[in-house]
Amino acid sequence: MAFDSKIPKGEMNEKWNDYKGHVKLVNPSNKRKLEVIVVGTGLAGASAAASLGEMGYKVKAFCFQDSPRRAHSIAAQGGINAAKNYQNDGDSVFRLFYDTVKGGDYRSREANVHRLAEVSTSIIDQCVAQGVPFAREYGGLLSNRSFGGTQVQRTFYAAGQTGQQLLLGAYSALERQVALGNVTMYARHEMLDVVMIEDRARGIIARNLVTGELEKHFGHAVLLCSGGYGNVFYLSTNAMGSNVTAAWKAHKKGAFFGNPCFTQIHPTCIPVSGDYQSKLTLMSESLRNDGRIWVPKNKGENRKAVDIPEEERDYYLERRYPAFGNLVPRDVASRASKERCDEGYGVGTTKLAVYLDFADAILRYGKIEAGKMGDHSASEEALIQLGKDVVKEKYGNLFAMYEKITGENPYDMPMRIYPAVHYVMGGLWVDYELQTTVKGLYALGEANFSEHGANRLGASALMQGLADGYFVIPYTLGNYLADEIRTASISTDHPAFIEAEKAVSDRIETLMNIKGKQTVESFHKRLGLIMWDKCGMARNEKGLNEAIEQIQALKKEFWSDVRIPGEVKGMNPELDKAGRVADFIELGELMCKDALARNESCGGHFREEYQTEDGEAKRDDENFSFVSAWQYMGESDWKLNKEELKFEIVKPTQRSYK
Amino acid sequence: MEHYKMNLTLKVWRQKNNQSEGSLETYQVKDISSEMSFLEMFDVLNEQLIIVGDQPIAFDHDCREGICGMCSMHINGRAHGPWTSNTTCQLHMRAFKDGDTIVVEPWRSKAFPVIKDLMVDRSAFDRVIQAGGFISVNTGNAVDANSLPIDKKNADDAFMAASCIGCGACVATCVNSSAMLFVSAKVSQLALLPQGSPERESRVLNMVAQMDKENFGNCTNTYACEAECPKGISVANIARMNKEYLHASLTTES
Repeated sequence: MAFDSKIPKGEMNEKWNDYKGHVKLVNPSNKRKLEVIVVGTGLAGASAAASLGEMGYKVKAFCFQDSPRRAHSIAAQGGINAAKNYQNDGDSVFRLFYDTVKGGDYRSREANVHRLAEVSTSIIDQCVAQGVPFAREYGGLLSNRSFGGTQVQRTFYAAGQTGQQLLLGAYSALERQVALGNVTMYARHEMLDVVMIEDRARGIIARNLVTGELEKHFGHAVLLCSGGYGNVFYLSTNAMGSNVTAAWKAHKKGAFFGNPCFTQIHPTCIPVSGDYQSKLTLMSESLRNDGRIWVPKNKGENRKAVDIPEEERDYYLERRYPAFGNLVPRDVASRASKERCDEGYGVGTTKLAVYLDFADAILRYGKIEAGKMGDHSASEEALIQLGKDVVKEKYGNLFAMYEKITGENPYDMPMRIYPAVHYVMGGLWVDYELQTTVKGLYALGEANFSEHGANRLGASALMQGLADGYFVIPYTLGNYLADEIRTASISTDHPAFIEAEKAVSDRIETLMNIKGKQTVESFHKRLGLIMWDKCGMARNEKGLNEAIEQIQALKKEFWSDVRIPGEVKGMNPELDKAGRVADFIELGELMCKDALARNESCGGHFREEYQTEDGEAKRDDENFSFVSAWQYMGESDWKLNKEELKFEIVKPTQRSYK
Repeated sequence: MEHYKMNLTLKVWRQKNNQSEGSLETYQVKDISSEMSFLEMFDVLNEQLIIVGDQPIAFDHDCREGICGMCSMHINGRAHGPWTSNTTCQLHMRAFKDGDTIVVEPWRSKAFPVIKDLMVDRSAFDRVIQAGGFISVNTGNAVDANSLPIDKKNADDAFMAASCIGCGACVATCVNSSAMLFVSAKVSQLALLPQGSPERESRVLNMVAQMDKENFGNCTNTYACEAECPKGISVANIARMNKEYLHASLTTES
């Protein structure tokens, strides 16, 4: 099987230009004859479908939600990075490239990251042209803020709703192509398999979630833009419907899975409150611009946060990482929270939380505002009120969300936060062209193993999703389709389609006929607990081996005792969920195997056996400087292939934010 | 904040599909925590139903953090329930007390046919956007983002209009099933920005025409839409759209 990353030759900063200059093109009259399937309509999918439609390809786009505008990119809060250097603070394409490779703990592919940094600036231009209302300064120019793991201000934002605004921009471009007839939209559809003809992806089987009918769709190429699989942990900041099914079906049809164990645990989420909890809610990293994270210095502290005096507080991020302070990367911040809570300094009823405190920022902003008005004798009360107004303008929607969920007012008392699963750096292995190891099958956005290495920096997911969709795939897909112009559309009566449809239908029948006693939800919860305890923020050999056994047992139990009500025909959300959970169970096993095989710590992958004296992740570049690309061989059986990572520009060192 | 448990009576709209008749069914739920979200309470009920062999209640939901716009219940006669500026998924059970009866129905509008139980078809909104809710700029055509300074007030107003989540509460709550708030939010966003100006007139005419075609009603200025909008979209947008529409009607050749 092909396993070539296809990195162009030449100097790092010339590779992408060179590639674009020599890539094969498809002429306009041929584009009209070529059909492309896009699965998922988040930032990557919507931008790809819109751009390919604009270029003249015949596009079919699929999403499981009722409208493409609902895809979970919409929930991204903080912002999107771009090396514009509008703030004149020393930013450049090279800096963004460097920060991303370092932030990823030297486990990403340099050439891809460099390309990402190069196209980042075009993304902002494109979005502004679409009418995305980014935050602006009084002079009318764009505003920026800081995010973790960087020392420049390169993050563009729209209050705490950046993902929403970017997605609505891409969605409007997509709907424009629908109106023009270049894209056909299939909402409330779920992809349930890839159809292979000879060695190529030639289409998909999808279930119409309203009628329950299976549909066969042909495409000269298939693009999976189906997002990440954080819901394998049951509780995560992902949407309820986010799933791995499309990617997993592709994996079982031959697409290698890259670095499945690389999970991002986001440090600032609202803590779990009870076992009925269905999902977790993120409090944007942008809050760490102004919020200070602390725990009491005394174990078992029972006073209210506001009653604990300054000298009895431990601002542990500022203490441990003076250079970056509260803006250390996510993996570092999450582990530091876990360390304090494990040591018994946690707060709140569960003691699994730390404080995120805005009191200092409120006072600081209040003084600035009073100063603007020339009022140098304002009372502290007046200053606090002025400061609260500023904080409200910056983060109002996040504070309101916090108050709705917890019933507490974060303007007056610190937020309680704890790490939660948020994003996966792992995903389908792709080459430089975003093609998986299956010809004609591509993966974009969070669905691919991507440019983030072992840890993603904040505000980089939106950047990558849109880079892939707007600026990478329009070039790289042409390189494949240029050789497909002689392939006429294949009828979906072709035996390969009939066979794939039957396999999907048989699986659905099998699931429905189990008629067991336990609900789908209960299996999902149990899987999530195993994954969180043993393949979560900290992992070790013993735990991972136990997890693998437990997951295999859970899988047997699922396939013999799951209860799915209703019928195959018509709408059946429990059946949809059952299919997704069945795939999550298989993925969970692979994640544990991947974590077990990687005998080092890097980024979000923290193996307790491999840490420095002060508890930081200890990489092993000599033995593990590679992407793990897992090949599916059969049930519970995978072969590990390795893509060696060569660092030409950024020399791996111990990552330090001190 | 004090947490408490409660027992509740739920009257929920059940409808097999869009061909069948629906009716309100009564269910009891026990030991519901005040810390739960409203949809988590529905999760608990659905688990109960599945265990005893009944059909779970179908309802739309996805992000559960108030931004995707997928959830859509009419709770005790109010779109998204009793809290203001809130979506159903962000409604928490501390809004209710022990012994309460809660009536839950789907959005009611000719333009939003029921698919099953509490799920409705809101694809009419997508078709209104297709009619003109965009700026025609192909990928790669853009100039440098800072080459076009935009007055901060206009940018902020455009942002406020753009924060619409497309849930349809405005339609569900309106006596006329009018979609004016939804449509005007998009028209306003793009009319307030210089990038939107080349298509300003055709946009408002086409979007309004599509809105009428989809069977949404007219606006009679009750302002219920603004009151129930989870994102607080202002009816000032409707005034702006009327102005845009009038201007476009008078200056565009037909």
